[in-house]
Amino acid sequence: MIDAAGIAFQIVQSVLAVLIGPLYVGWVNQCRAWLQNRSGPGLLQPYYMLARLFHKEPVIAEHASPLFRATPYVLFGCMWLAGGIVPALATDLPFAPAADIIALVGVFALARVFLSLAALDIGTSFGGLGARREMMVGFLAEPAMLMTLFTAAFISNSTALTTIVETLAHREFAIYPSLAFAAVAFLMVLLAENARVPVDNPATHLELTMIHEAMILEYSGRHLALIEWASAIKLFAYTAIGIALFAPWGIAEGSNWSALPVALVALAAKLVLAGAGLAALETVSAKFRLFRAPEFLSTAFLLAVLGMLIHFLGRG
Amino acid sequence: MNPPDLTPVTIAAGIAGFWILIGAASLVESQRLRFINRLIFPAGAVAGCVLAIIGARALGDPAETLVLPLGLPDLPFHLRLDPLAAFFLFLLGVGAFGVSAYAPGYFSRESAHRLRLLSLQYHVFLASMALVMLADDAYLFMVAWETMALSSYLLVTTEHKLPAVRGAGFLYLLIAHIGAIAILLSFGVLHGGGFADYTFDALRATELTPFWATVAFLLAFAGFGAKAGMIPLHAWLPEAHPAAPSPVSALMSGIMLKTAIYGMVRVIYDLIGDITWQWGLTVAIVGALTSLFGVLYALMQHDLKRLLAYHSVENIGIILIGIGLSMVFIGMGHPAVGALGLIAALYHALNHAVFKALLFLGAGSILHSTGLRDLNDMGGLIHRMPRTALCFLVGALAISALPPLNGFVSEWLTFQTALQAPVLEHGVVRSLLPLIAAMLALAGALTAMCFVKVFGIAFLGQRREPHHPPAGDHPGGDAGLPESIGMAWLGLWCVVLGIFPAVVLMLLNRVAVSLTGHGLPPEALEAGWLWLVPTSAAQASYNPLIFLATIVTVVLLTFVFVRWCYHGRLRRSHPWDCGYPEQTARMQDTADAFGQPIRWIFAPVFRIERRIPAPDDPHPRFELHVEDRHWRWLYLPVARLAEFLSVQVAVLQRGRISTYLLYSFITLLALLVFVR
Repeated sequence: MIDAAGIAFQIVQSVLAVLIGPLYVGWVNQCRAWLQNRSGPGLLQPYYMLARLFHKEPVIAEHASPLFRATPYVLFGCMWLAGGIVPALATDLPFAPAADIIALVGVFALARVFLSLAALDIGTSFGGLGARREMMVGFLAEPAMLMTLFTAAFISNSTALTTIVETLAHREFAIYPSLAFAAVAFLMVLLAENARVPVDNPATHLELTMIHEAMILEYSGRHLALIEWASAIKLFAYTAIGIALFAPWGIAEGSNWSALPVALVALAAKLVLAGAGLAALETVSAKFRLFRAPEFLSTAFLLAVLGMLIHFLGRG
Repeated sequence: MNPPDLTPVTIAAGIAGFWILIGAASLVESQRLRFINRLIFPAGAVAGCVLAIIGARALGDPAETLVLPLGLPDLPFHLRLDPLAAFFLFLLGVGAFGVSAYAPGYFSRESAHRLRLLSLQYHVFLASMALVMLADDAYLFMVAWETMALSSYLLVTTEHKLPAVRGAGFLYLLIAHIGAIAILLSFGVLHGGGFADYTFDALRATELTPFWATVAFLLAFAGFGAKAGMIPLHAWLPEAHPAAPSPVSALMSGIMLKTAIYGMVRVIYDLIGDITWQWGLTVAIVGALTSLFGVLYALMQHDLKRLLAYHSVENIGIILIGIGLSMVFIGMGHPAVGALGLIAALYHALNHAVFKALLFLGAGSILHSTGLRDLNDMGGLIHRMPRTALCFLVGALAISALPPLNGFVSEWLTFQTALQAPVLEHGVVRSLLPLIAAMLALAGALTAMCFVKVFGIAFLGQRREPHHPPAGDHPGGDAGLPESIGMAWLGLWCVVLGIFPAVVLMLLNRVAVSLTGHGLPPEALEAGWLWLVPTSAAQASYNPLIFLATIVTVVLLTFVFVRWCYHGRLRRSHPWDCGYPEQTARMQDTADAFGQPIRWIFAPVFRIERRIPAPDDPHPRFELHVEDRHWRWLYLPVARLAEFLSVQVAVLQRGRISTYLLYSFITLLALLVFVR
């Protein structure tokens, strides 16, 4: 059942997810700079930043517990797993059946819980603030994400990501109304979960409304590098889930070597578009007040539920 | 008389007897005061371990019965060990071992006089729970059920000198008995009159009209629901659990609530049998509301044990969702999916028993070591109690339904059951089930938030309490050896049940087959012991071992790689103080502050009283009280009604014997007229 091509796809995808993540973030930043009439730092800037951070000596608080030091590694492990099992290149991934969409949401939740715990570990006010807000965004975003995924699961009658992608890739090019709702909801969740505008702003420090940056304020050196890298992989993984659910065309199916170049080109094209879209979205919208975030996310939740109900109505 | 054969049911009954025996033995006046801690509790723990083995082995066997010539003349006790009972005995055994191994450490500073009584009540409590699960007639069931309620009442009121504890005990006893009356009436309805005895076989054989079957279902649901902590009958849980000593809270929350689940499954699936989907929908909706309200109230608590008690409410809700979904599918003619729902519910019952007992024991260790119960006074405990912190972290991750631990597996199975909704024909039900799944998802995410709060506030951060040495009763160090063994045992089960779910699934499938006559499809069972596949591999699969192995490998590789390529240097310094050097540990987030977003978003759910001091107040004091709305909506009106009625009835009470004799005489006359 597991063949060489499958294993090769798995390895290529896992390595790609880890290596391409920072590039994708660089591309989003570059696009945003262009849209804002700046020249931008260049595509490779995230890699330079990671290298610099790895070289630096980390400074941690005197009373930091082992959990604080372990969290960046756990985070990185979770995100690598997530990036490895989302079918971005091919559907024939031997590891993909290890976790379906619910388990995938579980991985993200695991990472979030660890990061929030680490934020509380130092016991400064910013850490607690960030952890509390992160969990608030998390508990609203997680059900919305699950409902979005359930809509796709109902269409393909499966929660296995590969089956969902295969089913959706083979449908005729018709717009499912339920999927349209789900796509909007998913986009909103993606913005919230990856600390993007309008819920959070990845570009600022020391703003009283920050969430993600408040949690990682005490991190430095290699720890910070791992967290930043994990965030980049997370953004990539979320985008890959979005692509897999709503635009799966071009993905390599089965163990077919010749499909790999096509899949690579298709994935690159889709990522370029998605990154540009994300940058455009972030440029035209302003950050919400923190207390608007629950409204934003409950809207996402309701849209996802609506999409699911429409699916049932459409069938009945 | 020949010695009875050593069949599993005999051994199980023998263990119940053994528990009562060692409970009685602890009353023996002994010169050595450590007798109970060194001998009685460990012996009880070993018995629990044996019971777990017996339960696990009997899971696959056909039912066995045993008749004990005890009790009233001509009314012997009937015992029966079928797969369902075996599963719950396994749960009891696993939990009892952990708690009994822990107890000697927790009670090490207890006075010998109190400990003797406590040990008697504790072991009678264990034995009565075993007998509830073994009972095969309504008579023994009720006797064991009441023994369980009374012994746990006595355990709850161990600190009976405190008025709050007495109040909590009374509330518990009251709701337990309202529930017991409902259960008794349910058995009465199931019996249907006539001359048959009250064995479960006779109850099974009774043919009920749909109306009376529904009455029996509702009575059983309410009665067992009251014991399980279903909304709105949950009010006793957050009062009784904190009042009891921690090992007792662990037993009550971990195992006693499961006897109610056991009773519910026994009556609904086994004794009533003909399940309709309307019942299932009722159970599922009540379950969804219970889980959501439970976790929302839990987030508002700052007393650690009250918080855990509210989480028991939440988890009972999740179990009820599983049972309800299962009943909906069975009632609509999809018994295979129904079996999956039942398996999910039973799996969650086992998981909850393990991690909730673990968390209560962890709370007990904190209380034992530091004397603290309020989260707002804790902080930085991970440095002083690393072993407790590790065990508690495992329990917290498990209850938050995070992979690859056990809580995730049962919630995953519940989701999978709900996702089978498209097979149903009824449009409304079909779209209701995913909504219930949505509420489950919300409750799960809120649980994660709540346990970030608990672990973050209690174990992480800086120490909030003043730095004087703790009072004489509290050693202040980490959990001792017995406590660590108890917690490590339960923590281990959290991991094992999470990593090897397919094995558990196969065992639980036998329970489902014995109850519903249907099990999982063959493809699910042939997937192997590593792959958790509820229906078919194309539909869904989950492999926690690969999951865990990948994360661990990546973590280790990254660790080595980063050190090898760069360096492993590290410097410690002050945390960044935002340019404000006067920070104290009291400025950290508190438990109440952490729950603030919930209080704000779900404001209508709570009754909030806030007192904000005026700017010129010489003694400014901020007060915040968050109350369960059920008190004002339900309990206080009922209490006032009861008070009003008793005042009315008191007219009859004249205090004169002759008047009372007159009442008896009139009653007799009336009976002679009406009853021929």
